[in-house]
Amino acid sequence: MASDTSTNVTTPTADAPNLLDAFPDKRQALEEYLDSLPLARAAGRKKGFLIQSLHRAQAIFGYLPEEVQVLVAKKLELHLSEVYGVISFYSFFTDKPVGKHKINVCTGTACFVRGADIILQEFARQLKISEGETSEDGMFSLGGLRCVGACSLAPVVMVNEDVEGNVEPPMVKKIIRRCMQEGE
Amino acid sequence: MNNTFTQIHTVKFQQPLHADVETNHNPAFEVRFEADGEIPVPQVVIWLGSGEEQHVVQGEQIRKGINNTYVATVPANLIPIGDHMLQVQGCRKLDLATAIEPDWVKTSKPLNIDTPSLTTQQLLARRFGKGPVRPTEAKPIPAMVRVTVNGQQVVVEPETTILEVTRQLGIRIPTLCHFKLDSFNVEHRMGSCRVCVVEVEDRHNLLPACCTPVVDGMKIKTNSLRAINARRTMLDLILSDHPKECLTCEANQSCELQNLAHEFGLHKVLYEGEQSTYAIDLANEAIVRNLDKCIMCRRCETACNEIQTVGILSGVRRGFEAVVAPTGEKSLADTKCVFCGQCVAACPVGALSANNRTYDVWTALNNPRKKVIVQTAPAVRAAFHEAFDKPAGSCSTGKLVSALRNLGFDHVFDTDFAADLTIMEEATEFIARLNKNENLPILTSCCPGWVKFFEHQFPELMYMPSTAKSPQQMFGAIAKSYYANKIGVNPEDLVVVSVMPCLAKKYEASRSEFAPGGIRDVDIVISTRELASMCKEAGIMYDSLPESDFDNPLGESSGAGVIFAASGGVLEAALRSASEWLTGETLANVDFEAVRGLSGIREATVTIGDTQVKAAVASGLGNARRLLEKIKAGDASYHAIEIMACPGGCINGGGQPFIHGDTRILEKRRAAIYAEDAHKPIRKSHENEYIKKLYEEFLGEPGSEKAHQLLHTHFQKRDNL
Amino acid sequence: MTVAKPIITNSAQLTEFTAQTRTRMSDVTKINILVSMGTCGIAAGTTPVLKALEESLAAQNLTGVKITRVGCMGLCHSEPTIEVVDTASGKSVIYGNVKASHAEAIVAAGVHPAEGLKVIERGWYYPEDEENTQDAPQARIVLRNSGRINPEDIQEYIAQSGYQALCKVLLEMSPKQVVAEITDSGLRGRGGGGFPTGRKWSFANAQKPKEKYVICNADEGDPGAFMDRAILEGDPHAVLEAMAIAGFAIGAKNGIVYIRAEYPLAIERLQIAIHQAREMGFLGKNIFGSGFDFDIDLKFGAGAFVCGEETALIASIEGKRGEPTYKPPFPAIAGLWGKPTIVNNVETFANVCAIIRNGAGWFKRIGTTGSPGTKVFALAGKINQVGLIEVPMGTSLREIIYGIGKGIRNGKQFKAVQTGGPSGGCIKRDQLDTTIDYDTLVLLGSMMGSGGMIIMDEDDCMVSVARFFLEFTLDESCGKCTPCRIGNKRLHEMLTKITQGKADMQTLQKLRDLSASIKDTALCGLGQSSPNPVRSTMNQFEDEYLAHILEGKCPAGVCADLVTYSINENCTGCAVCKKRCPVDCIRGEKKSVHVIDAEACIKCGMCLSSCKFNAIDRK
Repeated sequence: MASDTSTNVTTPTADAPNLLDAFPDKRQALEEYLDSLPLARAAGRKKGFLIQSLHRAQAIFGYLPEEVQVLVAKKLELHLSEVYGVISFYSFFTDKPVGKHKINVCTGTACFVRGADIILQEFARQLKISEGETSEDGMFSLGGLRCVGACSLAPVVMVNEDVEGNVEPPMVKKIIRRCMQEGE
Repeated sequence: MNNTFTQIHTVKFQQPLHADVETNHNPAFEVRFEADGEIPVPQVVIWLGSGEEQHVVQGEQIRKGINNTYVATVPANLIPIGDHMLQVQGCRKLDLATAIEPDWVKTSKPLNIDTPSLTTQQLLARRFGKGPVRPTEAKPIPAMVRVTVNGQQVVVEPETTILEVTRQLGIRIPTLCHFKLDSFNVEHRMGSCRVCVVEVEDRHNLLPACCTPVVDGMKIKTNSLRAINARRTMLDLILSDHPKECLTCEANQSCELQNLAHEFGLHKVLYEGEQSTYAIDLANEAIVRNLDKCIMCRRCETACNEIQTVGILSGVRRGFEAVVAPTGEKSLADTKCVFCGQCVAACPVGALSANNRTYDVWTALNNPRKKVIVQTAPAVRAAFHEAFDKPAGSCSTGKLVSALRNLGFDHVFDTDFAADLTIMEEATEFIARLNKNENLPILTSCCPGWVKFFEHQFPELMYMPSTAKSPQQMFGAIAKSYYANKIGVNPEDLVVVSVMPCLAKKYEASRSEFAPGGIRDVDIVISTRELASMCKEAGIMYDSLPESDFDNPLGESSGAGVIFAASGGVLEAALRSASEWLTGETLANVDFEAVRGLSGIREATVTIGDTQVKAAVASGLGNARRLLEKIKAGDASYHAIEIMACPGGCINGGGQPFIHGDTRILEKRRAAIYAEDAHKPIRKSHENEYIKKLYEEFLGEPGSEKAHQLLHTHFQKRDNL
Repeated sequence: MTVAKPIITNSAQLTEFTAQTRTRMSDVTKINILVSMGTCGIAAGTTPVLKALEESLAAQNLTGVKITRVGCMGLCHSEPTIEVVDTASGKSVIYGNVKASHAEAIVAAGVHPAEGLKVIERGWYYPEDEENTQDAPQARIVLRNSGRINPEDIQEYIAQSGYQALCKVLLEMSPKQVVAEITDSGLRGRGGGGFPTGRKWSFANAQKPKEKYVICNADEGDPGAFMDRAILEGDPHAVLEAMAIAGFAIGAKNGIVYIRAEYPLAIERLQIAIHQAREMGFLGKNIFGSGFDFDIDLKFGAGAFVCGEETALIASIEGKRGEPTYKPPFPAIAGLWGKPTIVNNVETFANVCAIIRNGAGWFKRIGTTGSPGTKVFALAGKINQVGLIEVPMGTSLREIIYGIGKGIRNGKQFKAVQTGGPSGGCIKRDQLDTTIDYDTLVLLGSMMGSGGMIIMDEDDCMVSVARFFLEFTLDESCGKCTPCRIGNKRLHEMLTKITQGKADMQTLQKLRDLSASIKDTALCGLGQSSPNPVRSTMNQFEDEYLAHILEGKCPAGVCADLVTYSINENCTGCAVCKKRCPVDCIRGEKKSVHVIDAEACIKCGMCLSSCKFNAIDRK
C-alpha cells in the first residue's frame, strides 16, 4: 500500500554501489509493479502513474536513490529531471536513506498549542539533528508530521508506526532510550 | 475618400432559435470591421431582399475599437428572415458577429473584396447580376468584448489577455516571468512573478495581466495606486532574495530585473532577510549557473523542455527553497544538457550566463610567444553591431573585421571559409550515399548542440549524421596543421580563438577528439556578446571603425559559407555544390528559397538531374525531435536534412546579443545574411579559390584519406537520462 | 454474516435486497456493540478493548449479541468509546474511556448502563431519521453512518438506505434535474471557499467533451483538521455513491479519489468499499441497468498541503509538481488532462446522497439561508471535550465551545478560537455569540476552511500562533509565485523578530502592508489567504503585538526569548521540578530553595506545571 513505510531501509554496500544490483529481489519487485501498470492504454498520460510508482518504489527500497529514479523514469518515458522535480516537491518522498527509527512530531495546531514545538526542539537537542535530518549512525530520523487526527492526545509523537500521546519534554529521553533498546 | 474599400456580404438570415416567430425578425447582432485608417463617418448599409429597401446603421450604434476596428450593433427586429446584402464603406476586413444567437446567421459570403474602383451601384449590379462572386463559408465569429482600460473603452477579440489589450493601446505593463516568441509560437505564461498585476473592478484581488483573458464589461485600471504598490512590493520581494551585485554581474545592463528596479525607482532594499545561496555551477565550458540570482520565472524551463525538448531543467524543491535545476541538482556537465544556451537567452537576470573566457583571450593576445589568430562565425556579423545599440540588420562585416584587428589578433580569419570546406566534404559524402542509396537521409552535423542531442537522445540514428566536422573544428584542424606549417609556427604556439554566436561551440572545442596529441584545435571560444564586451573594454568605438577585409588564406568565403548563419543555409549551400557536381551543369539560380525561413520545419523537393532530392530543414531541437520521430515511425523519408539546435539557426544562438523575446530582430538578422550572400561575387563553396588551393596544396580531394583524418569526426552514444 | 452478494441491476432488486438485509440483521442481532475503530480510537487503545469484548462474548456464550467495528463516533475526548444498541428498540448507551477490563461488565449489562463506567450522553440527532426530540445541539447528516455501521461491510450501508440515491438518480432523473436539485439545495463546497456545488456541476455539465472527471478531494491537510478522514473511515460508501451521482450529473464516467497517503486506514476502507461496490454492480458498467457507466480510482497524495487546491491537485494526479495554475481556465472547463473536471471535497460529497434521498427542501430547512445544511468541525486545543462534531450552520460559537466542548480545560480563560487553519483567523471572546456560516466567518476576518476549530486560552501567545501558521505556510508553499514564496518568508522573519523582542513599530507597519499585498497578489487561493492568520491576530490582538515590541514582553509567557523562569521563596525543596526538568538545569539541596540556571533553561514550562507550591515565577 501507498503509505507502507515499514520496510527496512536498504543501503548499498561498498562493493555493490548500485542499489538495484545489490538487491535484485527488490529490483524485480519494482519492475513487476511497473510492468503491471496499464501504460499502453495511457498514451501521453504515462506521467499520471509517476506518483504511485514512486510510492511503491519507496515502499520497496525505503528511499528513492537515483538508480531507482532512473528505473521509473525509463519505464514511464520521462526525463529524470521531471522525476526529481516531483520527488523534491513532495515531502513524503526522499532520495536519502532514512533512519531506522522514525520519530515524527505532529505539527498540527492542536498539538502546537499544547507544546509540540518544545517536544520537537527537545528531540532535536537530544538526537543532535534538526527536523528533516537523519542521525549519523542511521538510527534516527526526526521530522514533523501533519495532523494525525489524535488531537485529544495532543501533543502527539509518531514513533515509527506507534502513536505516543500526551508527550511531555521529560518523556523524550525515555522514548529515545526505548528505541535504542529495541534496536539492539 | 480616396482608396476606400467597400465590403459587401450577402447574408442569409435563418429562423433564429429563440426569435419572435411572429415578427419573423432577427435578434440584435454585431458587424465588426477593420479599416486601414480612421473612417470619418463609419456606416453599415443593409440592403433588404432585392435591394429596394435599405437600413443604415451609424452614429452611436457604431463603436470604435483599437487599431481602426469598428463594431456596429444592428438592432433587433430590423431584418426579416431571408437573403440580404450588407455593405460597409471604407473597410478592409469584415466579420459578422452575433452576441445573442450564434445559429441564426447561416451563411455569409463576401461578394467583393478590395475593389476601390467600383461604385456602390456597380457593386449592387454585381450582387444582383452575375458578378464574380467568390463564396466562402463564414466561420462562426465569437462575439467581441468591450473592455474599459483606464477609462478608455475598447472593443477587442475575446480571449485576448489584458496584457495584449494594453500593449495595443500603447500602455506598457511591466512583466518579468512572461516570455513570448512570436515567430516560434511560444508563450511562457505562468503568471508567477505577479509583477504585471492590474486592478479590475469588482474583483477582490489584483489580476496578472499576462494571463487573464478579458471578458465583456471588464473595467481595468493599470495605474491605480493599489496596483502600482503591489508591483513595487513584488519587485521589493524579489530583490530581497537577490544578490545586490549588479555592477559585477554578467547580466549588468541586460538584466530585466535591474531595468524594472530602475524604472520603478527602487532606491533602497525594503525587505531584508535570508537569501537563497547555492554553489555556482562552473563545471562546463559553456554555461555558468548562479542560482543565487534565480528569480523562479521558469523561462529557462520552457526553453529547455518545451522549445528544445532537451528536458534537463525542472523546478526542484518547494517554497522559499524552490529553484530551477537539473535532476539531483547536479552540475550541467553531468547531464544531457547540449549547451545550446537557449536557457541563457531566456533568463531575464544573471542566473544563467555564458562561461566568460574573455580574460583568456586578453592573456593570449598579450603573450609575446604566441601567435593568436581568430575566426568569426557567419552569424556573428549579423548581430555584433546590435551590442553597440545599432539597429538590427544594419550590420557591417568590414567593421567587425576591423574591431578584431584592433583588439590585436595577429590574423583575422573567417569561419565562412571553413564553412565552404565543410560543404566540400559534406556534399561529397552526400553524393556518395545518394549514389549508393544507403545511410540516407544524411543529417548535417555542424551544430554541436544538435550533435550532443542525438548522441544522448537518438543514438540509434547515429549512422545518419555526416561525419564532416563543423566549420569551427575544420578551421582549427587546418589552422594547426596546414596554416601553422605554412607560416612556420609550432601548433603549440598558435592560439586559435573563435568568436561564435553559440555557447555549445565552447563545449565542442573542449571535446577530447578535437585535441589530437593533447593540443586543442580551437583554444578559446568566445560569444558575440563576449567579443562586444572586449571591444568596449578596449575602447573601440563602433562608429569610427573602418571597413576592412579578412586575412588570407583562411579568410576568403563564398555566399554559401555566409548563409550557414540561418536555418536552411547549410542545406542550401550543400545543394548548390551537390547539384553542380551531380549534373555537371552550372545552376541557373542558386537561391533555394523553399528551404529558407524561420519556421520550425520546412520541406522541399529539389530536382537535381534525374533525381528528385527530398530535403527537410528543422531548427529548434523540439522540431528536430518531431522530424526524427516521424522518420523513425516511417511516416516520412528524406535524402538530406539540416538541423540546427537554436530556433531560426545560429542567428538566434545562445551567444548572440539578447533579443528579449523580440523575434522581429531575428528576421532582420536573417535578411542581412541573405543580403550578404546575394552580394558575394562567389556564391558556391566549390568555387572558392582558396578552398581549391587548400585541396591542391594539402588535402588532395574531398573525401581523401587526409581529408578524413583532419576533417571528419565520430560520435558517441551517451546516457539519455 | 456471510451472504452471497447479488449483482443488483434494477431498483426492485435494490429495494428487495435492502429489506432483506434489514430483516436479516435485526433477526440475528438483538444487541449490537459498536466499537469505535477510527484512527483516533485505535491510537487511544481500542484494539485491546475489542479483543477483550470478543473474548467476553465467547466466554459468556450469549446469542444475538454482535460486535461491530465502526468508524469514528466523534468522541475523541473519551476514546476508546463503545456504544451498545438494542436493535429492536433503538435504545442505546455510550461508554467512554473504556478499558479492556470493562469488557465483561459491558457485555453483561446490555443496554442498561454498566456500573462504574463513564456514560456519555448522545449530543446529536439524525435529521434524516428522527425529529430533534432531545433538543440535541448536533445534527448528523454527513456523519450519519459514521460510528453506526461497519464501514467495511457494504450490506450495512445498504441497510441504511445506501445506494438508493444513486438508483433514484439513474432511473428517475435527468442529469440536468440532478444539477438543479443540488443547486436548489444551496449546498456549498465544504473544503473551504464555500463555492455553490450545484453551480460547479452545471458548468461541467454544459461542457461538450465526452471525457470528463469527478474528483473527490481527500487531501485534507489543515493542521488540526481530520473531518474527511473520519468520514472516509466511517462511511466510505456515502462518498463513492455521491461521486457516481456527480458523474451522472456532469456526464463523467471516471471518478478519482485523491487521498493523503498519510491516511492508511481510510485508504484501506476505501479500497474495500470500491471493491464491494463493484461486486454488487454499483460501480462499473451499466449501473442499475441504466446504461450509465462509472468507476472510481484512488490516487495518493505525497505530502503537499497545496495539493488541496484544485488545480494543484489536478497537476499532482497528472504526475507533476503540485503547483497551482492560474484560473481561468477553471477545472470545470479544462481540468484533468484538459478535460472538464469537478473537484469536490469529501464532506461536500457526503451531503449529496441525503439531499437526493430527502430533497433540496429538506436540506434547506437545516442551517441558515445562505449556508444550508450542517458543518463538521474538528474541535481541538484547550477545550475539555476534543472531538469531531457536526452542527447545523448558524450554531453559535458559544454553543460549540461551552455547550458541546464543555468549556476550557483546567478552568483557564478562553482567549480565541481559530477557524480555517492556515487560511483562517482568530475570533475573540466578544464575538462568541456569532452564529457561524460561510459569510459570518469571513466578516470576522476568518473563514470556514475545511473545519478545524482550535480553542486557545490565556496561555497562548497570538503572535506565536500567527508565526506557527506562517511556518506551516512556508513549509507548504509550492514556491511558484513571488508573494507566497518570498513574501511569506519575510512575514515569518518579521514575526520571529517580534517574538524575539527585536522588532520596532516599523516592522509592524511592514507586516501589515506586506500581508495586504500578499492577499492581493498571490496566485492561488492558498497563497491569497496565507496572511489571514497574521492580519486577523494583528487586528484582534494588537495589544499583544505591542507588548512584544514596546515592552519586550510576551503576555502569555510563550515566547522563549522574552520569558525567564525563576524559583521564589515558596520553594520547599521537594525537588519535583528538578526531576521533571528535561535539561537538568535546576540545582538545589533537598528541602532548601532551588535555583534555575537561566542559561541552560529551555523554557519548556515543566517546572511551572509540576510545582505544587506556586514557587515558580514566569516573567
